[in-house]
Amino acid sequence: MQFPGRRKKLIGSSQNDLYDHCLQFYGQPPLENISLTEFETFAVERLKLLKTVENLGVSCVKNSEQYTKKLDAEISRISEYEKRRKDHISHFILRLAYCQTEDLRRWFIQQEMDLFRYRFNDLHSKHKTDFLHKNNLKYETVSAEEKKSLQDKLIASSYGLSGTKVEEHDVYKVPFQDALDLVRTRKVYLLAGNAYIPHHEIVTIVLNDFRTRLSKALAMTARSLPAVQSDERLQPLLSHLSHAYVGQDYSIQKNIGKISLEQIDALSGKSFPLCMRHLHKALRENHHLRHGGRMQYGLFLKGIGLSLEQALQFWRSEFVKGKVDADKFDKAYAYSVRHMFGKEGKRTDYTPYSCMKVILSNPPSQGDYHGCPFRHSDPELLKQKLQNYKVSPSGTNQILELVKGMHYQLACQKYFELTHNVEDAGFSLNHPNQYFTESQKLLSGGRDIKKEVDMSQRSQENPASVTRPSQANSKQIFLDEIQELSDPS
Amino acid sequence: MSTSDYDPACLPDLLPLYYRRLFPFSQYYRWLSYGGVSKNYFQNREFSFTLKDDIYVRYQSFTTQNELEKEMQKMVPYKIDIGAVYSHRPSQHNAVKSGTFQALEKELVFDIDMTDYDDVRRCCSAADICSKCWTLMTIAIRILDRALREDFGFHHLLWVYSGRRGVHCWVCDDAARKLSVAARSAVAEYLSLVKGGEETVRKVVLSDPIHPFINHSLSVVERYFQQYAIVDQDILGSKESVDKVLAVLPEDIKKDLAVSFKDEKDPMKRWNLLCDLVLRKKSNSKKGGQYFDKEIMLQYCYPRLDVNVSKGVNHLLKSPFSVHPKTGRISVPIDLKELDTFDPFEVPTISLICEELEKPRAEEAEEDDMKDKENEQEAGERRRIRDYKRTSLAKYVKVFDRFLEAMARSRKGEMLKKSDLQKDF
Repeated sequence: MQFPGRRKKLIGSSQNDLYDHCLQFYGQPPLENISLTEFETFAVERLKLLKTVENLGVSCVKNSEQYTKKLDAEISRISEYEKRRKDHISHFILRLAYCQTEDLRRWFIQQEMDLFRYRFNDLHSKHKTDFLHKNNLKYETVSAEEKKSLQDKLIASSYGLSGTKVEEHDVYKVPFQDALDLVRTRKVYLLAGNAYIPHHEIVTIVLNDFRTRLSKALAMTARSLPAVQSDERLQPLLSHLSHAYVGQDYSIQKNIGKISLEQIDALSGKSFPLCMRHLHKALRENHHLRHGGRMQYGLFLKGIGLSLEQALQFWRSEFVKGKVDADKFDKAYAYSVRHMFGKEGKRTDYTPYSCMKVILSNPPSQGDYHGCPFRHSDPELLKQKLQNYKVSPSGTNQILELVKGMHYQLACQKYFELTHNVEDAGFSLNHPNQYFTESQKLLSGGRDIKKEVDMSQRSQENPASVTRPSQANSKQIFLDEIQELSDPS
Repeated sequence: MSTSDYDPACLPDLLPLYYRRLFPFSQYYRWLSYGGVSKNYFQNREFSFTLKDDIYVRYQSFTTQNELEKEMQKMVPYKIDIGAVYSHRPSQHNAVKSGTFQALEKELVFDIDMTDYDDVRRCCSAADICSKCWTLMTIAIRILDRALREDFGFHHLLWVYSGRRGVHCWVCDDAARKLSVAARSAVAEYLSLVKGGEETVRKVVLSDPIHPFINHSLSVVERYFQQYAIVDQDILGSKESVDKVLAVLPEDIKKDLAVSFKDEKDPMKRWNLLCDLVLRKKSNSKKGGQYFDKEIMLQYCYPRLDVNVSKGVNHLLKSPFSVHPKTGRISVPIDLKELDTFDPFEVPTISLICEELEKPRAEEAEEDDMKDKENEQEAGERRRIRDYKRTSLAKYVKVFDRFLEAMARSRKGEMLKKSDLQKDF
């Protein structure tokens, strides 16, 4: 793999061919030289773009008009060639920063996919076909007779298909494994293991391909990483880039043992976000929680400072009140608690779930109490619950409006503001443990505006309080800018 | 009588007998070897055992059928789970460099558990089942079997009774075993229609156009709905359950029905009133696509599967022919040709089949014993085959045999195709 800034290869007029399409699969890494400043600038700008994609993805319905308009606005206007060159280079730089762990890779792939989808959809139909041909995506088209015989079924399964469209345009037959996004959401007709994809849906298939390629590429990049990390000019930038998206992940336990088990009931009413309050109540009432609930709540408790011994005592005392005797607890459930603390199996120290994770993965089903109440509860039931928790009717309405607009984290923030009697939460909520910390801070008398000097922990404070060094040290400025990226306000 | 008064305390005595003389080892090995097409497929398969006193051991693996038999007879597991085929022998996973030991393939599996329907069945709850709610399993099997075959193109499905309150499906096609985590989860989500937990009242939402898969599923549900839901479960009988049904409907329909139900007490007629009203509202409504009656049918009957069971390549699932320690029933394959008459309470228990084994044998048995003395090696296996044939287990092993035969024929067909292609220059 070739890294910009280290090789002296000069490319001549073939540059024009390199960027003859506005979209690419990033199959070939860039071969030119660039300056260190360009290296940093490009990387930070692309990261900003991907963060924007992420935030829009949470607050708007993806690919809605609103989403597209907002994303359009973010993408600045410079020469087409420059844009494409920057796109090419910055993508590869970020690969270096985001290939190292499973979490980083997953995040990077998700945002790059969303960005790609937006840009592909923006293309003219002719350019779409060009792209497919250029990238050797030959999907089998369905014969006219077969189309006719399946016409009704095709119309009933695919969005935006009419009789004429089926007749006039191509329908592609693709093994279902290549069309997983359409299969998952049941937006395609399946027969004998094949998905029948209308022309205008081909983006989903292309995306699948994109994801597979990028995933493989990142794995390969990770293997070449040691060579890059040995370059002193690049190493600090890359490591700060990869911390920027995570923000604080509450994996480093502070305050271990500062919370006592007797306090938990009271704390659940005062300082727990709604999801954890809900889980705690369900645990107390049923003396049991299923796996999803145990993970979400158990890791949260770890994050607020419960030690392993406390956690074991907590879960055991509750489960024993139910159908589980102490013996069975020790055999079956204790293992799972120790597992959460990284003391069993492959010893991964699991991190408490962020809001994004709770909202987007593992939706609850019958008998489950985990998930995000703002996302997963029926609005009627949510309303009742808020009323039970003494939230004012006008406050409840505000929350329900936010929920309708799919702004789940903002709804939770509003819940914070109403239950703590403040006008403005003063932080941008993206983690249940953050909710707890902020609540405790508020209740213990005033906010602490001390700036965190330690670079390994990002605080969620107002970026205006970050002081910049007076000298024009360009590298330092970029590091500060990256720190700001972890606070999506 | 099938139960033969099973007592869990007898397991320590019954299990050794079961593993020595009744467990169908040769068919089991034949299954998991898949024709020996992939090298070390059986050797790299993970099994997990739950032993006496709830001792749980993972990463068990065996090199031959013989070793499997000997180990099972020695350890006498109370529960047996089957996991994935790994990159190395699971029993040696600690010796492998960390990160290289990986789950490579496994059957695509589904687990339908009756407790997931507790909010919509009134006859039982939790671990209990009865003939009334068993219909839910019949419906689940019909819907999923059709979809997996017709929509996804799978051919080799093994449906197994879990031994207590549910059924499992093992999709054993080559393509199925090679599916990624993302693919498995996509298949499971395609098959999911009932969404939401305690906090969701209306768990099924349909809109135009209705996907062909949903229509197929609806036609299955419609076949059983009247007898199952209206008659057996009596969902429109008592006020409490009527309220639950009406809770998913919009206010205006709810109000109208509450009024009509005051005069009409017959549940069948009530259901017809509901359907008529929904139909009328639909034709009047500009929005169109109001399918509340269908949504109710699906919410009460459509299969509820646990996506997490199907997603993981390394997920461990209860093995066919293992015993359920609480009920004593054997996890037997279900013959889909006899699905409507399958009765979980007729499934043999370990105590029954052990008892059947002890019954006096016929004269042919004496002759067979003579033959055995001549050839000891095959004698054990022949004896075991004769043994299970004398018990109620026989018909279930036959179902398993047919399943294995179909896979073998299919493999032969594939090989012929391949060799034909190779002959073409």
